[in-house]
Amino acid sequence: MEDSRLFRIVLPLVVGVAFLAVWEFIVRHYAVPEFVLPAPSRIAESLIDNFGSLMGSLWVTLKITILAFILAVVGGVGLAIVFSQSRAIEGALFPYAVVLQVTPVVSIAPLILIWVGFDRVQLALLIIAWIVAFFPILSNTTLGLRSADHNLRDLFRLYGASRWQVLTELLLPSSLPYMLGGMKISGGLALIGAVVAEFVAGSGTSTGLAWRIIEAGNRLDIPKMFAALLLLSALGITLFFALAWLEHALLRRWHESAIRREG
Amino acid sequence: MDTSPPPLISLSSVAKTYGSGTVALQGVSTTIARGSFVSLVGPSGCGKSTLLRIIAGLIEPSAGTLAWPAAGGARPADVGFVFQDATLMPWARVFENVYLPLKLKGVSREAAKPQVMEALARVGLADFAAAFPRELSGGMKMRVSIARALVTRPPVLLMDEPFAALDEFTREKLDDDLLDLWRGQGWTVVFVTHSVYESVYLSERVLVMGARPGRIVNDIHIDAPFPRGRAFRESPDYIARCAAVTAALRESMEA
Repeated sequence: MEDSRLFRIVLPLVVGVAFLAVWEFIVRHYAVPEFVLPAPSRIAESLIDNFGSLMGSLWVTLKITILAFILAVVGGVGLAIVFSQSRAIEGALFPYAVVLQVTPVVSIAPLILIWVGFDRVQLALLIIAWIVAFFPILSNTTLGLRSADHNLRDLFRLYGASRWQVLTELLLPSSLPYMLGGMKISGGLALIGAVVAEFVAGSGTSTGLAWRIIEAGNRLDIPKMFAALLLLSALGITLFFALAWLEHALLRRWHESAIRREG
Repeated sequence: MDTSPPPLISLSSVAKTYGSGTVALQGVSTTIARGSFVSLVGPSGCGKSTLLRIIAGLIEPSAGTLAWPAAGGARPADVGFVFQDATLMPWARVFENVYLPLKLKGVSREAAKPQVMEALARVGLADFAAAFPRELSGGMKMRVSIARALVTRPPVLLMDEPFAALDEFTREKLDDDLLDLWRGQGWTVVFVTHSVYESVYLSERVLVMGARPGRIVNDIHIDAPFPRGRAFRESPDYIARCAAVTAALRESMEA
């Protein structure tokens, strides 16, 4: 097991360092112009030079992402619970949730911006990111709530459980692995939504990382573009690992997916 | 003159037709005495599980009546049910799984604790209250399932092929434990199995069922004395009784 941990952490690190070294070497050796491809050292320099403004933007993007994600969890799980209580409501509403999902969000972003108003761009960004992040949680939780063991359902009936008891003691715990799977997808999507929304709708008064990338691109400040990109990746990775950790913490005692097998 | 007490369960002309038109049961009439151990044995598709679920109240019969004369007519509030799989909540510890029936009835954890621990002790798992189901063997999970059925002290225990998925050795051990519990508690047990040997070993009465449509074709009394142990399992008497039930079963399948 120690070996596998070594391989999981050390090996990718070695590959990463080697990749950066080759990149640095090529840029220096062939004197690649900075506006085509800046060297890693130059990107790091830019990151330090622009640290204040980039961190401010990171905070803006992070806020929208996290808030959109939380609202997606609340909305997705909430609606899935409503669906689980009534097949009729599910039948009536689910197709529209799908419509919301399959319509490319970029195409409705301008519309949302107009409705919300150009003086409240942050709210528009939040709504767009929420639409993108919402569906995986809804569909996964809906599936999870339906996947409760049928014999356990019978047992609950036998003991005269109320609807509330069935929901809280049986359906929600059963759906937890599905819900967490949906959350892992949605976390990444919320970030994508926040970035795409800023590309399309602009950033209003507070500037997020996406707008920093466009801004730097317009000025051909490619090192800064890369620096902003680096922060976006770091944000996505952090989000993913935080959710993976949450999943592990909640499921490790009982769920098949979290059980490590020997051999 | 019949002076015997009223039966606990009385079925008359019970039938069940599913929505698809499948006739699962037709004209099932029998009575089950309080405190008896009755097995339902038959080929798959003969409706024995359906019959057990009708008794439990999980399925409504399409025709006929089910009554509980010795319990004042209505089904007792507590009916213990054991499924073929242990059917435990994987996210909950053994204690929580056994506590479930009491929890659903609104009994606090503190108040329920002695009862839960007693039920666990009776199936020999008092030391495993804090374990998760996945940490237990198949036989131990089944014991937890039985403890959960016992915890409300139900007057009747319905078991749907509970040991079918276990190995022979574990199954025989659990059969013996179940008989000990039954003799000690004075329950009524209705036990569904597809094993002729198990039904003869456990029961006072074996109801042999036939398929298409599901019905009771034979009612065989096993009046061998209790306790029954290894000696009974190996006796010619046991072999002969098994042969009789097997013959009845074959007859039902050929009819």
